[in-house]
Amino acid sequence: MPTGFSASCVPIRAKKQEGISFLLIDMKTPGITVRPIQTIDGGREVNEVFFDDVKVPAENLVGQENKGWDYAKFLLGNERTGIARVGASKARIRRLKELASLELSGGKPLMADERFRAKIAAVEVELKSLEMTELRVVAAERTRHGNKPDPASSILKIKGSEIQQTITELLLQVVGPYALPDQVPHDESERWNEPPVGPEWAGPLAPQYFNYRKTSIYGGSNEIQKNIIAKAILGL
Amino acid sequence: MDFALSEEQQLLRHSVERLFADHYAFDARKRYAQEEGGFGRAVWTRYAELGLLGLPFEEQHGGSAGGPVETMIVMEAIGRALALEPFLATVVLGGGALRFGGSAAMRAELIPQIASGALILAFAHSERQARYDLADVAVRARREDSSYVLDGAKSLVLHGESAQKLVVSARLAGGQKDRDGIGLFLVDAAADGVSRRGYPTVDGMRAAELTLTGVRIAADAVIGSPGAALPLIERIVDIGIAALAAEAVGAMAAMHEATVDYMKTRKQFGVTIGSFQVLQHRAADMLIALEQARSMAMLATMMAEEDNVRERRQAISAAKVQIGRSGRIVGHGAIQIHGGIGMTMEAKVGHYFKRVTAIDALFGDADYHLGLLAEAGGLVAA
Repeated sequence: MPTGFSASCVPIRAKKQEGISFLLIDMKTPGITVRPIQTIDGGREVNEVFFDDVKVPAENLVGQENKGWDYAKFLLGNERTGIARVGASKARIRRLKELASLELSGGKPLMADERFRAKIAAVEVELKSLEMTELRVVAAERTRHGNKPDPASSILKIKGSEIQQTITELLLQVVGPYALPDQVPHDESERWNEPPVGPEWAGPLAPQYFNYRKTSIYGGSNEIQKNIIAKAILGL
Repeated sequence: MDFALSEEQQLLRHSVERLFADHYAFDARKRYAQEEGGFGRAVWTRYAELGLLGLPFEEQHGGSAGGPVETMIVMEAIGRALALEPFLATVVLGGGALRFGGSAAMRAELIPQIASGALILAFAHSERQARYDLADVAVRARREDSSYVLDGAKSLVLHGESAQKLVVSARLAGGQKDRDGIGLFLVDAAADGVSRRGYPTVDGMRAAELTLTGVRIAADAVIGSPGAALPLIERIVDIGIAALAAEAVGAMAAMHEATVDYMKTRKQFGVTIGSFQVLQHRAADMLIALEQARSMAMLATMMAEEDNVRERRQAISAAKVQIGRSGRIVGHGAIQIHGGIGMTMEAKVGHYFKRVTAIDALFGDADYHLGLLAEAGGLVAA
């Protein structure tokens, strides 16, 4: 930057995010290669996608050129509220209680074990708190201004992921020794016709426990979310 | 207390670590998993050559009279390598049955075969309805002239399909959950009436469901006291848990080291992620969990062949609680710090996490053992 007052040509560094546009692309377009990534639970829900000279019609542009980052931020804000998965966690706790009533330990259902019931009650309290917080965040949207996502959604993301993980841990406890057999087919070629090993509901529980370690990583890791809270809410 | 390994023990550790460094690269492991039985047959021969398969057995039968510490050393190395071979099933569990309850003739016949790598054993005690209760045995054994006849089903038999001989518990008398009336028997896997269904386990190994229909075995195939074998079974399980504790420590140590290495090399926002205090603290928490687990694996090893049964069982339960908890702390932290890559099959860290999870599910999870200790009024007498 030259000394003195505003010179006639001062180089202005463009922000990194400018120049990003949002396109809708048909996956059948020539030049696209999809390579599945196998996750530790055996599934292939995530992939690498490679673009090699892929031609996309101009009318597939979403909104305005170079405004893609604004649209992405908006979607990320939505992702953070949706990602709390309150409804899914409620359903999973119901399922947890069902299975804990079926599984016997020392002659009684696990659901009759005081220590186990206390753990369920504790996570239900956390979930109820999260549900209320989510309703408050949604209500606040009505009066919030600006196009930045509400930083309070970071609270929803962190708590939501922790609760989901806790529930999978409790389900893992219910399945007990039957966490061991690997019964969920990893792809079409692995489907089998044998009766299940152990209870018929056991198969997916250990893989789900492994898979859900992702919830504290994706959607903006919980560490990043805490940084957002510290900066954007607490001004630290 | 002296925690130092003797020179011989250090040599043992060094040679086992060499074995795995030479033969257990991660892609070698993938190949072994595809072999029949799901482990490296040639590597199993290497174990035999190093004397590992004869480790705890008496020297007159080809063993090296090693104690629990020697087993701990080998198991920790197995944990670090994520080794797939049936060492626990054959040498620790099956071998424990022979050492503590096998007749002289049985030991003379079988131990040399185990030590040479020719014989693989499996321990078939768990049953579908039992969950973690060792006394819950529904498989029946009845005496018929000079034989026993076995009927029923066993579940989650580690390496059950690879074993040529099975150590099977069956009830001679009493109600299904009675502590008395249980017998332990050596069954030939090829005997009439034995059928097995093998399957992969989540940690990359293999187990089997076993069905016994009118399986006839000779009277001299009994291990321990027929009808009073539960204390023997508990003893076998206890040395099994001590061994698994050591294996879990090996896996945790590997996860922790991989994590710290990753923190030192992976950059984000222009700096290594190891410079973030939050992650440093998490890595420190993982270290604390690892060291606590290591300490309890050592206690379990020291108490594995303790004469006072109550003290032995309590120490083993305490160790199982600790390694279950530590396995979770270290496993969760390792995956989290590795981020997305930690979630992939390609990275090693996820496999360690699955192994420590599987170890927690074997012979009673942390919660089960905590319950036993709680019922007994805690670990230390008031």
